[in-house]
Amino acid sequence: MNQSPQTTEAKTLVDYQIVTWHFLASILYIFVAILAGLSFSLQFLQKYPFPGVELLSPGRIRMVHTQAVAFGWLANGFFAVLYYVVPKLTGNRVLHTTLSRIVFFAYNGLVLGAVALILLGHAQGLEWAETPAVLDPFIAIGVVLLVINLMVPIIKTRASKMYVSLWYISAALIWTPIVYVLGNFLPQYFFAGTSGATISSMYIHDLVGLFVTPLGIASVYYLLPVVMKKPLYSHALSIIGFWGLAFFYPLNSAHHYLFSPIPMWTQYASIVASIGVHVVVYTVVFNLFATIASDWTQLATNHVVRWIFFGTLAYLITCVQCAVQVTLSAQSIIHFTDWVVGHSHFVLFGVFSFWVTAWMYYLLPRIWGVPIYSESLARWHFWMQTLAISIMQIDLLSAGLVQGMMWKSLSPFIDSVAASMPFWWVRTFTGIMILVGEVCFLINIYLTWQDSRVTKQNSLTPQPIGA
Amino acid sequence: MGFIEKFSGVFLIAGILMFFSAVIGLAAIPVWMLDRTQAWQDVAREVPEDFKDDFKTVDEYKAALFKGRDLYIAEACWHCHSQFVRPTANESLRYGPVSMPGESQNALNLPQLFGTRRVGPDLSRESGKKSNDWQYAHLYKPTNVVPQSVMPSYSWYFEIKDNVPVPKYEAKAIVAYLQWLGSTVKDRKESEYDFEQEQLPPRQ
Ligand code: HEC
Repeated sequence: MNQSPQTTEAKTLVDYQIVTWHFLASILYIFVAILAGLSFSLQFLQKYPFPGVELLSPGRIRMVHTQAVAFGWLANGFFAVLYYVVPKLTGNRVLHTTLSRIVFFAYNGLVLGAVALILLGHAQGLEWAETPAVLDPFIAIGVVLLVINLMVPIIKTRASKMYVSLWYISAALIWTPIVYVLGNFLPQYFFAGTSGATISSMYIHDLVGLFVTPLGIASVYYLLPVVMKKPLYSHALSIIGFWGLAFFYPLNSAHHYLFSPIPMWTQYASIVASIGVHVVVYTVVFNLFATIASDWTQLATNHVVRWIFFGTLAYLITCVQCAVQVTLSAQSIIHFTDWVVGHSHFVLFGVFSFWVTAWMYYLLPRIWGVPIYSESLARWHFWMQTLAISIMQIDLLSAGLVQGMMWKSLSPFIDSVAASMPFWWVRTFTGIMILVGEVCFLINIYLTWQDSRVTKQNSLTPQPIGA
Repeated sequence: MGFIEKFSGVFLIAGILMFFSAVIGLAAIPVWMLDRTQAWQDVAREVPEDFKDDFKTVDEYKAALFKGRDLYIAEACWHCHSQFVRPTANESLRYGPVSMPGESQNALNLPQLFGTRRVGPDLSRESGKKSNDWQYAHLYKPTNVVPQSVMPSYSWYFEIKDNVPVPKYEAKAIVAYLQWLGSTVKDRKESEYDFEQEQLPPRQ
């Protein structure tokens, strides 16, 4: 994209090109993720589209699905947001634009490489860390470079009060590389079996809790007031929320392996801490809802607010769920079942993907200097995804209960597979809805970009609309 | 309101330190405790009877176990099968003795393969439940053996000779690994469970 010569201070502050690139990469990966997930779901209906093809073995496709979601779609989306929010909030540019570009190409090259190597059968055997072990050191270096690039402007600010988004961002930037190294190297090379699982559980949890969650919350804390043109309800509350996250989230880890051979006191500690997470959730949710409540009508008129609203609602629901499912009695039934799959889809799709999508709808048209091409396509997108994820959630939670009860009742294993069949059909159906919704999005974004080119040809230089 | 915000910097630093204390409390200490219990490197001392034709020496057999484990990872079997038996939900009746911390402290469990989802049954006690031939037939095309199965077919680990699929080295390695899973629990004397006693009740 050719940006017109940058003149004003506001325009040189943010490197719009890198923001756009990361968003576009992100959109590319959501399609990889959806297609992979959809194909894998067909395996559950005994209708896998590529039977007997080693490179497209269902298990490998499943790992591509999660890798594309976490490291392709969400990470790229968040990086784009960071490249925009950090300069805006600190008033400083990132360390170096060339560095941003190097990191962009290196990072996305690595993610693509990871996808290729997983398909070739070189996955690493750790959940959410399936990136082949040979690539891990390079990813770690890439993340460190990114952190340096973004931390420098934050450290340079001398403001006595930083906006809450910056708290979350700085903490996440410090946590992420450590978590990544911890979770990818220790269980792979040093600690076997139960010890390894103790560390893996910390990685599984912290990747969501200390990378995705703080960046997600930071991004809506910035976007919501800006897009509504209303102040955040309470700054103090947001800081309590941040501190609650820092205090309780890292202690949750072992709740991913309850009833496992990990020492029982570790499991108890993680259960108690998981209940404590509610401090975070209620402050964040209350703060966001109270901000939206200052002008409810915007829910009807502004589709960006709508995306944030549903994301926040989903956040509340998943977290209430968490308090229930973390108890040992619930774990006894639901662990290992589709309940967990439902929960993770609601978190990563219902909450964080909705927030990232809100950002795309807000920022991309502004960068291109035109309004979004079609409000009605955007509405289709929203309602498709909202319906799909809600149905999927109810469907998978019910499936989980059925499976868990049948296992406990000692009925033959295959009976529980047969009983899950109707639920798996519904799941595939919701996957198709998500694909349709995302295609609406792609068309809309593409036509918006076309619009901006037409505008440019009419020599009305597109100007990024500053927020 | 302004009061709490004055201490924001303190909160940020405290938040980051909290992370380290969590790493120490919920990772370093349990790991230290576990690694003191027992760590045993020797995954096999002899070639089991059923594999004598396939693997001549213990070293060959061990190499196959590791190859099987690597394929188990590469094909994401571990995303559909767990490898620990919980002391709840009647699992010791369905699968066998409850998993103990020590039993997975060996080189084949580096990285650990506990798993978090059971699309198929737990495999930590798989050894000896099915014959090798059953395992080959199942791996080649699960629905041939269990019609309602949703497990993928792994036909590329077989070659067709005279219209009959014959397992390649990879398939043998996977089955060797499957038949190894849990075998150590049975013959380890210090295990407090008696594997033979706890069997699935007969099917109604
Ligand atoms: C899509 C999920 C899925 C994947 C991937 C998968 N399985 Fe399975 N597996 C199942 C299901 C479902 C069953 C139960 C039905 C059956 O026996 O086929 C099963 C059953 C089994 C059984 C029989 C267990 C018993 O005692 O009855 C074995 C052994 C097995 N799988 C091994 C493997 C291996 C090895 C791999 C990887 C190469 C693998 N599975 C990959 C779903 C899966």
